[in-house]
Amino acid sequence: MKAYIVTRILSLIPVLLVVAIVAFFLIHLTPGDPAAVMLGSQATPEEVEQLREQLGLNLPLYEQFANWFFGLLQGDFGWSIYYNRPVLTVFLEHLGPTLSLAVLAQAISMVLAIPMGISAARKRGTKIDQIFMALVMLGMAIPSFLMGLFLMQLFALKLKLFPVAGYEPLSSGLWNHLKFMILPATALGIIQTAIIARMTRSSMLDVLSANFIKTAYAKGVKEKIIVYKHALRNAAIPILTVLGQEFGTLIAGAVVTETVFNLPGIGQLVIHAIEKRDYAVIQGTILLAALSYLLVNLIVDLLYGIVDPRVRFGRK
Amino acid sequence: MANSNLLEIKDLKTSFLTERGLVTAVDGVSFSIKPGETLGVVGESGCGKSVTAASIMRLLNKDSTIYEGEIIYKGKNLLKLSEKEMREIRGNEISIIFQDAMTSLNPVYTIGDQIAESLMIHRKLNKRQAYEEAIEMLRMTGIPAPEKRVHEYPHELSGGMRQRAMIAMALSCRPSLLIADEPTTALDVTIQAQILDLINDLKEELNMSVMMITHDLGVVAEVCTRVVVMYLGQVIEETDVESLFDQPLHPYTKGLLECIPQLEDDRSKRLFTIKGIVPSLDNVPKGCRFAQRCPYVDEQCMSESPDLKEVSQGHKVRCWNYDKISS
Repeated sequence: MKAYIVTRILSLIPVLLVVAIVAFFLIHLTPGDPAAVMLGSQATPEEVEQLREQLGLNLPLYEQFANWFFGLLQGDFGWSIYYNRPVLTVFLEHLGPTLSLAVLAQAISMVLAIPMGISAARKRGTKIDQIFMALVMLGMAIPSFLMGLFLMQLFALKLKLFPVAGYEPLSSGLWNHLKFMILPATALGIIQTAIIARMTRSSMLDVLSANFIKTAYAKGVKEKIIVYKHALRNAAIPILTVLGQEFGTLIAGAVVTETVFNLPGIGQLVIHAIEKRDYAVIQGTILLAALSYLLVNLIVDLLYGIVDPRVRFGRK
Repeated sequence: MANSNLLEIKDLKTSFLTERGLVTAVDGVSFSIKPGETLGVVGESGCGKSVTAASIMRLLNKDSTIYEGEIIYKGKNLLKLSEKEMREIRGNEISIIFQDAMTSLNPVYTIGDQIAESLMIHRKLNKRQAYEEAIEMLRMTGIPAPEKRVHEYPHELSGGMRQRAMIAMALSCRPSLLIADEPTTALDVTIQAQILDLINDLKEELNMSVMMITHDLGVVAEVCTRVVVMYLGQVIEETDVESLFDQPLHPYTKGLLECIPQLEDDRSKRLFTIKGIVPSLDNVPKGCRFAQRCPYVDEQCMSESPDLKEVSQGHKVRCWNYDKISS
């Protein structure tokens, strides 16, 4: 087990290396000059040149890359020229809202999607199945910003149940925190629900027609237990995969939803950083988001082994 | 008379609602099983033998299956029982084992969990007692080191072991009737013989009846006392195992027997086959269902369907011309 985890973590290194290279060059090859942006349109070319020198932007690209990369190896993600603080600090400050949003959206979608997918599969072809699947199509078709605006209109402006937008950290009280998070999390959660419910349905359909389900009926097991014990655990791997992917995407920042609800999360950070040509922040965030995505996937892979004895290691 | 039968199927008709309309897979099947006997149900793929078995357990999709007729088990009509009453019969009074033990065992639970489950449902044992009993059952089916095997998953066992585990699971609550649906088809020949012997031994030991579904007449000769031959959803011949091999009456049964290669046969001769293919269930012939493939077919066969007639003590056949062709 330990050896497996260590190998998996080591195997992240080449992936992160590629991400670092791509992130760096992609950003440095796009037009726009941080020094010019910082100084504004009134600045003279001399002043801009001076700032470029200060920031090290006048050096050849490979040298800039080498400087950044050696910094990374020492755990230094660089310095944000806009926030005037270390990139890692800025990233961690913005992680809170994003993480909270991701966890809540995921929780909402799991609670809705898994029972929905299961009953659609059990009642295949009936009205219930058709209604659920129509809702799923609708959920997938609605863009998250539209869903967000709609919820905002209804629950914040009309019913005045929740604040329209903004953010309070968890440290200011659970409800103070939640009342800002519920609407954005629901907007994202509904879309996630659609994706997860579809996967749950098709995965359960496969399993429910398996021979061992017939065996369980033949043993006199109750239908409910057959569905939730015998079938669901067998159907879990594809569901877990989707859950992991979706969660990974959420952590990388739900840019649109964060913007609509004005949540100071990773998505907002990236947008501001791009506007300000804050190279170090963009690069660092891409790298850290990739790392969290990979770690979530690693955890999902480890869960496979718990759910299904056939993928426990030692055997292929 | 009726009381001496453990199970009596009377005019069973099982139909499925499909997109192409109602398809009748089992059409007027009647036979009975006495306590302690092994009844063979023989026929080729699609003849309705597995559907008959699944009808007894009511394992077919509730929403799209229509049962008619009666299945009397110990005086109760199984087709009239509530779902809850039926659950108390399944795995407790009547058990079934399937052809493919690999896919019939749940891959994510240990075989111990799966055997213990029946015991916990029907005998209300707690988990520890159920596990002890599961180990006993595995030992009874000849699995070596059962206290170790009980904690293993299906994929860790060989094919023969898995079928033994299936048998242990089916028999854990000591049923009165075991339905074995082609239990040896997926196994290699040496293991087949072992599994048949095991079923036979356990039948004696646990004093139960066995309904052996197979397309292999070798299996019938090995374990059965009486045989029902099915063709396209109907019983076409029913007799004891000796007269099945010595004096088969129905041309289809004769054909099946002729298909078996004999050691003393001339090797240059082609193996006998029954010509034609089984008609599909949504296009059943009007007269005798075997008429199109029968070498003895006449006018009457094409237009009128024969009944299953008892022609001598315990020997029934569904054929117009059995007496003319019996030589």
